[in-house]
Amino acid sequence: MTATTGGSAAATEFLTVPFDEVLTRYEPVMGLEVHVELSTATKMFCGCAQSFGAEPNTRTCPVCLGLPGALPVVNATAVESAIRIGLALNCQIAQWCRFARKNYFYPDMPKNFQTSQYDEPIAFNGYMDVEIPAEDGEGVETFRIEIERAHMEEDTGKSTHVGGATGRIHGADYSVVDYNRAGIPLIEIVTKPITGAGSRAPEVAKAYVSALRDLMKALDVSDVRMEQGSMRCDANVSLMPIGAEVFGTRTETKNVNSLRSVERAVRYEITRHAAILDAGDKIVQETRHWHEDTGITTSGRPKSDADDYRYFPEPDLVPVAPSREDVERLRATLPENPAVRRRRLQGDWGFTDLEMRDVVNAGAVDVIEETVAAGASPAAARKWWSGDLARRANAQGVAVTELGVTPAHIAELDALVSGGRLNDSMARQVVEGVVAGEGTPTEVADARGLELVQDDGALQAAVDKVIEGNAGVVEKIRGGKVQAVGALIGQVMKEMRGQADAARARELILSTLGVEG
Amino acid sequence: MSNLSRDDVAHVAMLARIELEEHELDTLAGQLDQIVDWVGQVNEVAAADVPPMSHPLPLVNVTRPDEVRPSLSAEQALANAPDPEDGRFGVPRILDEE
Repeated sequence: MTATTGGSAAATEFLTVPFDEVLTRYEPVMGLEVHVELSTATKMFCGCAQSFGAEPNTRTCPVCLGLPGALPVVNATAVESAIRIGLALNCQIAQWCRFARKNYFYPDMPKNFQTSQYDEPIAFNGYMDVEIPAEDGEGVETFRIEIERAHMEEDTGKSTHVGGATGRIHGADYSVVDYNRAGIPLIEIVTKPITGAGSRAPEVAKAYVSALRDLMKALDVSDVRMEQGSMRCDANVSLMPIGAEVFGTRTETKNVNSLRSVERAVRYEITRHAAILDAGDKIVQETRHWHEDTGITTSGRPKSDADDYRYFPEPDLVPVAPSREDVERLRATLPENPAVRRRRLQGDWGFTDLEMRDVVNAGAVDVIEETVAAGASPAAARKWWSGDLARRANAQGVAVTELGVTPAHIAELDALVSGGRLNDSMARQVVEGVVAGEGTPTEVADARGLELVQDDGALQAAVDKVIEGNAGVVEKIRGGKVQAVGALIGQVMKEMRGQADAARARELILSTLGVEG
Repeated sequence: MSNLSRDDVAHVAMLARIELEEHELDTLAGQLDQIVDWVGQVNEVAAADVPPMSHPLPLVNVTRPDEVRPSLSAEQALANAPDPEDGRFGVPRILDEE
């Protein structure tokens, strides 16, 4: 959280300085705090199921409601996930650590405290290498983010605010709270101050959160869906004059809940701070709220005397002391680093940087790997998953893996195309049928009667008919304009109602005309 | 050994949301001072080789398997709530923060 006090710099609230100009005079310093909700079956300290979107207050019990006498017990899987996250971030794992109570009166926790870790985090002193596009536009640069700590805590309930400004009859504002989320295991990952990124600071911030998200996915410890709040980022930003040794006053921007917003919010705060400092004013140390729609931050809450959380060791929980054997056992379960894996797969598949970027952006790395394993060529797997299927997924607002199309389907489809049964346009119709739930590619092709006509007799008849009806085009082709054959191929395909192999049609037209292709 | 001031007491009371009268501050400062002194006697018997403890039992790693257990129904959870609304806990206006 933030520290110190101060009034609001209202006069300069929305002034900013052009980003490139800021960087000629100031060095940005960032600190990123990322909360990751673990995808355990149950909450951190009780057996309540966690499920996004359940009816309000149907996932609570005496423990997570903080009823008198209820005693928490730590979720063993959550501790293992915390250790695996720590190890994947190259952290040291504590020999012995405790939970602590963070006391406060905001009603998002019914206990009046949040169970967290204070001065004894389970993981500390790590780092993560992130990649940003190189400044010359070719290849990537690696930037090392030092990790201060990763600690265990629990999520809070969800408050909804009612009344007041919307003019309710009974006047006074009030809030209603759903405690389903209260107690879900959270890992908070805190960086050390990130310096030296200069003008790349916003990109580095985005790349870091993106790399963290990939890492959590690879570890299979969280859904990391920023839009659903299972991964959330708070961005601390300050500026100091270039060459200075002491960091400037920072602000902490909350609610930065998309990768794009991480970059935009950091960039905005850098330009806003510069405007205030240039005017000779002081930065107010405060929390700020990010507004995705307008792309600005607004003043949240300055630090006050009430921000004394009176942390003390949680007396209802015993310490967590992972044995070194357990830590090593968990280390052995770590997946390949996502960036290393991407480079390995790109090499195996022979994709260009641009092709690989499309694949990554489509969220299709895993599914292409599975499709290739199921027998498809890498090129075909890429073509479908980051092309046609990615577009369909985009249009429906779902992940490419949620279309109902499996890697086995695409491998089967690829076999049908390479085996000569389907051409590209037929294959697209087959995919449409698979997406619509009509069955496997073979079933869809059968049901829809999709099959290239292999019988040259029928094709030859169509070719003859088209040649007869297009004397002008035929003249051009015979005169040497072989590319004019395209118009005839189109008509032949139409005659064949699409069920012909266009390459074979071309061959037949040219041989019938006695022209060399 | 300790020396709690009226200001300390007022600060702690504010953090705990306990409203105190002026005259109570003096009384409580004295009483809290005594309590801290009494607890402080532990320091006299615990030498440097005795680490501070937060729990009376010499246990670590008390955990449970990640298995779902039944939750309360919303009706049960809200049974003692003064202002339930649409299955949620109604709470007084929260100032200064969203």
